[in-house]
Amino acid sequence: MRDFTLALAGAARLLAQGDPELWQIIRLSLAVTLSATLVATLVGAPLGALLAIARFPGRRVIVVVLNGFMGLPPVVVGLGVYLLLSRSGPLGALGILFTAKAMVIAQSLLITPIIASLMRQVVEDAWSEYREQLVSLGASAWRSGFTLLWDTRYSLVTALLAGFGRAAAEVGAVMIVGGNIANYTRVMTTAIALQTSMGDLPLALALGCVLIAIIIGINAIAYGVRNWAQRHYR
Amino acid sequence: MKLFQLLLIALVALPAYAQNRFITVASTTSTEQSGLFPHLLPAFTKATGIDVHVVALGTGQALDLAKRGDADVVFVHDRPAEDKFVAEGFGVGRRDVMYNDFIIAGPKSDPAKVAGMTDADAAMRKIAESKSPFISRGDRSGTNMAELRLWKSAGVAPEKLKESWYRDTGSGMGPSLNTAASMNAYILADRGTWLSFKNPRDLVILVQSDKVLFNPYGVMLVNPAKFPNVKKEEGQKFIDWLVSPDGQKTIASYQINGKQLFFPDAH
Amino acid sequence: MSGGAILPLRLDGIRYEAGGNVILRGIDATFGAGTRTIILGANGAGKSVLLRICHGLIVPTAGSVRWANGEARPRAQAMAFQRPVLLRRSVLANIEYALGLAGVAGTARREQAAAALARVGLSAIGTRSARVLSGGEQQRVALARAWALRPSILFLDEPTASLDPAAARNIESIVQAIHAAGTKIVMTTHNLALARRLADDILFLHDGAVVEAAAAGEFFSRPRTPLARAFIEGELS
Repeated sequence: MRDFTLALAGAARLLAQGDPELWQIIRLSLAVTLSATLVATLVGAPLGALLAIARFPGRRVIVVVLNGFMGLPPVVVGLGVYLLLSRSGPLGALGILFTAKAMVIAQSLLITPIIASLMRQVVEDAWSEYREQLVSLGASAWRSGFTLLWDTRYSLVTALLAGFGRAAAEVGAVMIVGGNIANYTRVMTTAIALQTSMGDLPLALALGCVLIAIIIGINAIAYGVRNWAQRHYR
Repeated sequence: MKLFQLLLIALVALPAYAQNRFITVASTTSTEQSGLFPHLLPAFTKATGIDVHVVALGTGQALDLAKRGDADVVFVHDRPAEDKFVAEGFGVGRRDVMYNDFIIAGPKSDPAKVAGMTDADAAMRKIAESKSPFISRGDRSGTNMAELRLWKSAGVAPEKLKESWYRDTGSGMGPSLNTAASMNAYILADRGTWLSFKNPRDLVILVQSDKVLFNPYGVMLVNPAKFPNVKKEEGQKFIDWLVSPDGQKTIASYQINGKQLFFPDAH
Repeated sequence: MSGGAILPLRLDGIRYEAGGNVILRGIDATFGAGTRTIILGANGAGKSVLLRICHGLIVPTAGSVRWANGEARPRAQAMAFQRPVLLRRSVLANIEYALGLAGVAGTARREQAAAALARVGLSAIGTRSARVLSGGEQQRVALARAWALRPSILFLDEPTASLDPAAARNIESIVQAIHAAGTKIVMTTHNLALARRLADDILFLHDGAVVEAAAAGEFFSRPRTPLARAFIEGELS
């Protein structure tokens, strides 16, 4: 118990001290994970809507596999992306291994199935209510998909936050494709892993508290935005 | 929609991160954890304007990384593995840079009675014979390879290492030290990580200063003939600087708690 | 609206089977312009399925749906359902959505939506969230939305079955107004009183087949079949 109170105090001290290296790590973590969440939403939400509305052979298999991919192990995704981006790999010429871009790619791949799968379920539930009316009005399948994504936007925010949380918490993927390079690709989770392996457990725990606080903060902002939107719009 | 725009800005802003000239150096976790890099590298960047991106892994992993062409320079401490790397055509222009040393740490209670010995081989033999708990990294790192060489030169048969007193963690120096501290076991560690290690509990240094415990570091360029993407000019600049008087002086000036950690060895 | 006059609509030999059951067994019918046709029948007679086949929401197992201009599914038609389906946005935005799908441009969309809303007497709630309105108000918005499209034919599936009497009367008067403005009405109901008030023609369905098709006056005063007679006297639910 004492370790945890010390960790909380340590976290507060770290933030108050304003250590530039810590703030750089926090900024990079947010930039990488928020970017990955954006990409995963732009790809995953329409994919989920499409799977909810369209009917084609093999659809059920794809849905099951997609659901399974929600639990993709981050270290496996990291390994896969590393082999793709390695100089000896097919995309080596891009030269983006060990950069933030590679980290965004790996995290996007990791969380797109989460957003796609959740939105598929949400849109499928809505589709059973909306289908006849939308067909009656002459909406194409694509148009219907986007209309439903907007109508279920509060659930979409929840799916987004689920994806964000998963990406913000993972260490396996960003460690392998980013290399945890000091001042360049070091993010909160890899910094915590490093401090743990160096035996500085109080610092690692304090950083962990900072990370959790950030994740809760993002959730709080999303909650506030959603409430404000519900009150001022519809 | 405002959030959307903010995220778009974040994504676009990412490329703006540190686009100076840089080289990628594959090095080891123990070197990184010793804290040498934040002391050493800024001096190089100041002198040449080239940033150094260090990817820190176990020696085996670092060399594997270089064999796939994902690094420009390799900076590790396992002479046999480095020589093999060069012989196989993956590395060129190897230079000696520095050495630090290994120490044998163990519980204050010292069941194997090795405290103060200056013959590392004899000490390892006594630990094996007394079957006292011993933690090995087991991860093909430079430290791990040095440990295995010590058992061999001490005459300890490989079968003895399969007994239960010998624990193989398969992890880095820090986590292995954590394990040794909580189990009151003996362990071979590099002095750098030991001095920076914050959680030793009842462990103390028991054996040191034997020449066989010296841990030499080498640096080499990843072969640009094999991997055209290697930044050979900047990489060579780094190697040249490390072995130059300036580089060597910077290495010697690095201290932990007033103690010098690395000893310049370029020749 | 494109393609020329879409009415009369002709159904030939419409059959519909699902899950091993025969729901419609060979329906022939013609829906001509200008009148209010009510499809009457007990629950389970197949009225809703027939309506959806006419509107193109369901594909019949056999038989043909032929519009006068030869199009497979003309755009000049609209439908209102027993439970109205509105989007999670303002009332006006709902109507503008439908107009947008119909190809109406920006400013015209806003004006036409406002006008349609005014016609059903709900201008005051144009900016309110559509999904939190009462059932009656939602149905009025759904009708305003359908009306804004100026359809040649409007299908309604039991539009007042879920509403209280006051709201139901409101909906009736809106349907009358839409008809008076030139739209063909085809409505299903099992409510005799509503049928008496509203119908010009009756199509009486029982167990998936047309039992009687006649002008409303004829049907209610001189029903030709025992089933129709039983229904009018309230013995069939």
